[in-house]
Amino acid sequence: MRYLSPASFDDAIAQAAQAPGVTRFLAGGTDVLVQMRADIVTPDTLIDIKKIPGTHDIARAPDGGWTIGVAVTGAEMREHVDLGADWPGLVEAMDLIGSTQVQGRATLTGNLCNASPAADSVPAMIAAGVTLTVTGPEGSRTVAAEDIPTGPGQTSLARGELVTAVHIPPRGAGGGDAYLRFIPRTEMDIAVVGCGVNLTVEGDTITAARVALGAVAPTARLAPQAASAIIGTTLDDAALDALAAAASAACAPIDDKRGTVKFRTHIAGVLARRAAKIAYDRARKAQ
Amino acid sequence: MALDEYKPQKGGDELEQGHAFKYVGTRPDRPDGTDKVTGRARFGADITAPGMLHGAILRSPHAHARIVSIDTAKAEALDGVKAVVTRADFSDAIQPAPGMAGEMWNVLENVMAGDKALYDGHAIAAVAATSALTARDAVKLIEVTYEVLPHVTDVDAAMADDAPVIRDGTADKSVPPGLHPNVVRYHQSGHGDVATGFAEADLVIEDSFTTEATHQGYIEPHACLGILGGDGKGELWCCTQGHWNVQKICAALLDLETSQLRVTASEIGGGFGGKTTVFIEPVALALSRKANKPVKLVMSRAEVFRATGPTASTSMDIKIGMNKDGTITAAQGVFRAQGGAFPGAPMEFTAMCAFAPYNLANVHQVGYDVMTNRPKQAAYRAPGSPMAAFAVESVIDELCNQLGLDPLEVRLKNASREGTRASYGPKFQRIGLVETIEAAMAHPHYSAPLEPGQGRGISCGFWFNHGGETSVTLALSEDGSAQIMVGTPDIGGSRSSMALMAAEVLGIPYENIRVTVADTASLGYNEVSHGSRVTYASGLATIKAAEAAVRELCRRAAAKWGIEEDAVYWEDGYAKPSGPNAGDFEPLHISKITRRMGATGGPINGHFEATPEGAGVSFATHIVDAEVDPETGSTKVVRYTVVQDAGKAIHPTYVEGQFQGGAAQGIGWALNEEYIYGADGRLQNAGFLDYRIPVASDLPMIDTVIVEVPNPGHPYGVRGVGETSICPPLAAIANAVSAAAGVRMRNLPMSPPRILAALEEQSGG
Repeated sequence: MRYLSPASFDDAIAQAAQAPGVTRFLAGGTDVLVQMRADIVTPDTLIDIKKIPGTHDIARAPDGGWTIGVAVTGAEMREHVDLGADWPGLVEAMDLIGSTQVQGRATLTGNLCNASPAADSVPAMIAAGVTLTVTGPEGSRTVAAEDIPTGPGQTSLARGELVTAVHIPPRGAGGGDAYLRFIPRTEMDIAVVGCGVNLTVEGDTITAARVALGAVAPTARLAPQAASAIIGTTLDDAALDALAAAASAACAPIDDKRGTVKFRTHIAGVLARRAAKIAYDRARKAQ
Repeated sequence: MALDEYKPQKGGDELEQGHAFKYVGTRPDRPDGTDKVTGRARFGADITAPGMLHGAILRSPHAHARIVSIDTAKAEALDGVKAVVTRADFSDAIQPAPGMAGEMWNVLENVMAGDKALYDGHAIAAVAATSALTARDAVKLIEVTYEVLPHVTDVDAAMADDAPVIRDGTADKSVPPGLHPNVVRYHQSGHGDVATGFAEADLVIEDSFTTEATHQGYIEPHACLGILGGDGKGELWCCTQGHWNVQKICAALLDLETSQLRVTASEIGGGFGGKTTVFIEPVALALSRKANKPVKLVMSRAEVFRATGPTASTSMDIKIGMNKDGTITAAQGVFRAQGGAFPGAPMEFTAMCAFAPYNLANVHQVGYDVMTNRPKQAAYRAPGSPMAAFAVESVIDELCNQLGLDPLEVRLKNASREGTRASYGPKFQRIGLVETIEAAMAHPHYSAPLEPGQGRGISCGFWFNHGGETSVTLALSEDGSAQIMVGTPDIGGSRSSMALMAAEVLGIPYENIRVTVADTASLGYNEVSHGSRVTYASGLATIKAAEAAVRELCRRAAAKWGIEEDAVYWEDGYAKPSGPNAGDFEPLHISKITRRMGATGGPINGHFEATPEGAGVSFATHIVDAEVDPETGSTKVVRYTVVQDAGKAIHPTYVEGQFQGGAAQGIGWALNEEYIYGADGRLQNAGFLDYRIPVASDLPMIDTVIVEVPNPGHPYGVRGVGETSICPPLAAIANAVSAAAGVRMRNLPMSPPRILAALEEQSGG
């Protein structure tokens, strides 16, 4: 096994292009190292991108949004006051992952590219409208978060491509987001269902919304019908009922050791309702 | 506690009445604390040797398969590989036998498969190589041809007529005719006439319950270093609850003379019963013998889950009759337990503990030990008892609900007391159940108001406790300090308790005593640290060993003073003349005697060897408040109080820790922990992500009340405390959850999907 730590993304891409066999990019390593230890994968080449300048930066973008470096850890996001004020749901979603020790290593990009349907930060990213810069031998392109994972452990990244930056849109006035997950314990667990809600209000009325669900399909997914159910409403009981029904309807889960189809479908509705209330509350306070 | 070691305790009158304690009952710092927080403590995987090889084990991917062939040629040819072993490298002198009579063969069969792979994870072959990665790669090169057989993992399914037979001829003579060959042992006990008792009852409730297999979940995976030469002499370091037992088993499995194998127990990162047997130790020794090098074997967590011993899973039917005044008129239980592909599920403990808290005129219990294609069960903290309490105490709770009776009043009314004939046979000596119930009733928790959505549950629980073979030696140093050699690995603070008891006898400070867990070559035989026996049995032996040393100290003082030995007594670290008639001598401090011991008759030591049989049984009463989210089925334990009889708490902080630990493990077992098997018979959750032990934030602060009803079988009144604490939680939590959710929960774990399904079923959805 070769371990490489390139000083630029160009070098990383060139190294990946030349590497034979199995290559893994290493950011925090909270998935890759665990998989290596569990004998799930033994890469021939490990390319550590943490030493590339800028990968640890959280920067305000010219449009008022945020650019997050690919090696920024969950702990660094949580400690960033302005980021947390804009996108509390996204920051909280990232913060739910693992232990304090894992938070010191884990990254948004890694969580997305590991392509687990249950990844906590991913529904929050999708709800927030996060986009990624994906760079490879052919140049760079911009991809929506929901278009990165294509199935469990599978992504739309071509061989030699990697995510080089994370872009969070500008928050704007009257916006709020929230992410909730269901786990049988209180922490250190994997989502049985996850739900991110991001919305904007004018007065008491919701003018825009995005709802995303995790662990109820092969990938985290956007639930446009669920969002439609609350746009134009004041999140009254009828809207909440419609939201819950639409969220449940958007589920295509499996029965497994973590939950049944019936349970997951039901919980998706419960979480959508609860997350929407939190996001709505935050949005009204942010006007 | 091994099945064949249980026998009713005889009692005894060791208790030293009116003892005024100076050291016992205090809370000094633990002697191993600094080592553990600084990383100096050496656990199983911390032991190394020059030239050491690393071992790895090939494990069956099938739940049940005939092993047609094993080809190790490619693995042996890999650079760095020094030895490959299969079953052929172990003793062929050990023969199978029915039931527990074949236990040595069962252990061998479990350590390394013979003709068949009996469960997912069963060891098939092992490799020793110059690095751990090479060993791992070599394992993948071993070619095994399997003929996959039908499998069964569920206890009830394994008893059905069409169940695959795991090993014909395993049933012993206890099993009635007509049962499936997977039923390998049978137990029945009780007294009175339950039919008459049920006829007298105002209300009879009959119900069925299940519990899933749970793992002890010790934080330290099994690890060992073995050295064995062609001369039959060996050394073994391992994390274990009992190294004499390891010595005995390894010697048998490898055709060694027991005394030629020296076994040293490392510090232990938890055991809870799961480290009372062997899994990898004989394999490391077999590899070492073949490679002629030291071999280290360390299990991964996945291996721990797949191939070490979880507890049994159970299926139980309970029938209890009660009068309107709360008197139980009759009780009967049927307990079916599976313990993997071998005999040994602790169903007789389940049956015997089930109704032990109650004074019953009519009681009958039946147990079935059933084999399935799962790993060989190992002891887990009061093996068998927690499940019994869950089923029995749930039915009592339901009877109380339907008759409108206070659940603690009913327990008190029916409680076993001194002289009660136990449901499992003997008459109880002095016991403390009533005192725990009364303390629970008086506790502010029991009368505290509940919030909406919360329910309160209570349960009593019982465990036998155990004595067992024990050796202790104590040696005094020239400066008057003392070193104690015990043979019971310290799994719950026993070194501290031994030092306190020795300090009490010798009259020297706790800090002046060092307690060491001796290796098998340095002390006489000691049974495993199990059955909550250590503070009782090693404690008793420590007291007697210290008393022997004190007698010699008094003799030396008498000789110096020129008076009779019996004119000298020992007090607070000094030899003193017993009165004016004995003479007027300045009291002689221990250090003044030990300083000259070489010249006054030689070293001063004390030792004691016995199989004490006065381990007092122990009872506990738990109170739990739980809150259930009816939308998600999620349960939160919001308040928990443990009340337990400790006999005498030697080191109360450790006793409280045992109380809390039992409750914490019980919360996991009740709410989320379970072995999940797929239709293919493979374990689905061999890791802590999906095997859900509670994390710290899942638990409330667990309040403890130590009740002290002295055990007459111990000089200071000690009863074992380690196991009883896990007997009531499953039931108490189930009763709390059932009250909070408004629906009776009969199947553990009470995971959120199960609770939602029960709520839906009740509402007719």
